[in-house]
Amino acid sequence: MSVSENPSNQFRANLQHGVLEIDMSGDWLLDGVLPVSDALLTRIRTDKTITGIRFLTRDLGRWDSLLVTELIQILDCAAKQSVDVDKASLPVAIQGLLTLAQSVPERAGARRSYRSVPWAEAAVAGLAHIGLHAKKMLTFVGELAISMVSVLSGKQRFRHRDLWLCIQECGPSALPIVSLVSLLVGLILAFVGALELSLFGAQIYISNLVSLGMTREMGGLMTAIIMSGRTGAAYAAQLGAMHVNDEIDALKTMNLEPMSFLVIPRMFALILIMPLLCLYADLMGMVGGGLVTVSLFDVSLTEYLNRSAHAVQLKDFLVGFVKCSVFGVLIALSGCMRGMQCGRSASAVGDAATSAVVTSIVFIVIADSVMTIICNRVGI
Amino acid sequence: MDSVCIKVQNLSMAYDDFVIQRNLNFTINRGDIFVIMGGSGCGKSTLLRHMIGLQRPQQGDILYNGQSLWQADSATQRRILQRAGVLFQSGGLLSSMTLAENVALPITQVLQLPTKKVSELVAYKLALVGLAGFEDYYPAELSGGMQKRAGLARAMALDPEILFCDEPSAGLDPVSSKLLDDLILNLRDSLSATIIVVTHELASIFAIANNSVFLDTETRTMIAAGPPRQLLAESTDPKVLNFLTRGQTSTANSTIRQGVANE
Ligand SMILES: Nc1ncnc2c1ncn2[C@@H]1O[C@H](COP(=O)(O)OP(=O)(O)OP(=O)(O)O)[C@@H](O)[C@H]1O
Ligand SMILES: [Mg+2]
Repeated sequence: MSVSENPSNQFRANLQHGVLEIDMSGDWLLDGVLPVSDALLTRIRTDKTITGIRFLTRDLGRWDSLLVTELIQILDCAAKQSVDVDKASLPVAIQGLLTLAQSVPERAGARRSYRSVPWAEAAVAGLAHIGLHAKKMLTFVGELAISMVSVLSGKQRFRHRDLWLCIQECGPSALPIVSLVSLLVGLILAFVGALELSLFGAQIYISNLVSLGMTREMGGLMTAIIMSGRTGAAYAAQLGAMHVNDEIDALKTMNLEPMSFLVIPRMFALILIMPLLCLYADLMGMVGGGLVTVSLFDVSLTEYLNRSAHAVQLKDFLVGFVKCSVFGVLIALSGCMRGMQCGRSASAVGDAATSAVVTSIVFIVIADSVMTIICNRVGI
Repeated sequence: MDSVCIKVQNLSMAYDDFVIQRNLNFTINRGDIFVIMGGSGCGKSTLLRHMIGLQRPQQGDILYNGQSLWQADSATQRRILQRAGVLFQSGGLLSSMTLAENVALPITQVLQLPTKKVSELVAYKLALVGLAGFEDYYPAELSGGMQKRAGLARAMALDPEILFCDEPSAGLDPVSSKLLDDLILNLRDSLSATIIVVTHELASIFAIANNSVFLDTETRTMIAAGPPRQLLAESTDPKVLNFLTRGQTSTANSTIRQGVANE
């Protein structure tokens, strides 16, 4: 379709014995010149002498949806003023389209109207929203606990294959990235320590710093952050996409509780794997610290190993181990929760993944602080 | 009226090594309502995907007005398909946008119109498919059949010259399905559009189609082509007859054939 050469696509109206004759000529194409029909509509609305409307289409050229939408405006306007419209004077094809467009009347109450909300009301609504979120979270944890009990007592089951798949997905597949990050964190710790300690010629204590730092704190924390980005987001996206495809509803109709069928295996896998990953990260961190200390700061390998063995005790490993288990629960919880609460659109899946990561990192940091304070008070 | 619009030439389609259909040859004339028939899983949607440039043929080509779709570079391809609208089997609506935004998307992409005009157009297109007033709904808030109709509204947003519909009436009640047939006929008459429809609905096939092709799953090629009524009256292939008579036995068969052929 080319741009219309004939820009005369205007309504020309002419009143004849109370009947408004509307002459349509020229091409009426969307990619041509748009007509201005406001004056005509105003005239129909205000001129009380008009009793009927007829169309003259002798000079009508090519047309598309543009003409039909204009005609719909005129018909609507005329209907409001109860003016008769002689539709038979229109071309048959247009009559057909107009009839089709009006054949299914608007369903009553379907249309939505929006109004602007004052900020105070919005603020209250926001607070209520937070409350709602907290309630949903509690509900989820409650439901999870119930299905955990029924799984453990053998009333509900999940496919063991799923558990192994989840373990594979969050365990061995995560090793490369965990290795890299913990190695580098150990290395960084060593450099930071060396900055101060080498001033006193106390480089030997770098090993204490690295091994304590890794086992009690950094090993678990870094693993948790990696896993929340890697696995937590994946859980949310998987479950969310299943929601969008009606898969979760399908499970329910087959009498499979989505909680125990989908959430529990993911949860178990992460809880099982996280402490192991944490131990692995601790070791990798010490290796990284050792590389720096031995090669740059004049400490022999045996000395480094000796000091490290002295510095860390079993309880330090256990502190990291317990922390990381807690993080595992938090990551699985936020990932699965956001996935199960996901809306039904593609963008909702993205939102679910994002908020799974944000939620789990916030919870991880809060839980870590609380546990560190407790350890400090109790003196572990 | 009888100029060739689309010509499918010696087309073979495959997913990797798995051949779906081979040696397809047929032409679609301008102003045709062309129906692609065949059992479930025989490759109708796949054929449609080839025709709209989403999937490269294993062999053969598709010509639009004599111009090859698959020898052309991507800019030419886009130009060839610019005036085509597509309704996907699953609707294909963007789930993060309201119906109004979905329908307005192709319009605002191609034309520069004032917002008021766009919303008038959107309202008109939605009214045509019987969804007046649903502008602010998200696809997930609609029933399956309503999503299908909204998808059609989007496909015809730009008054396409060629309209591809993958099972437009699946999931619709008989009355809405009849309205949809009317709409398709009307679009052809008013816009002189060429319309390619994948459908299983016999009533609809006989009501709208003036040409068709029948794909077979077992022999993996087309086993019949022509106006559906003519196929019903003249075809000797048991598969085609079975399809067109809903698998009635051959005795009942002849009476139905007579009945429909006389209509
Ligand atoms: N992405 C894909 N990869 C591999 N095979 C596919 C793919 N999509 C479809 N197929 C196969 O191609 C064949 C034809 O599929 P297609 O969707 O074209 O069927 P259809 O005729 O449209 O069926 P229906 O009427 O049920 O929609 C099927 O056997 C299907 O298994
Ligand atoms: Mg299909």
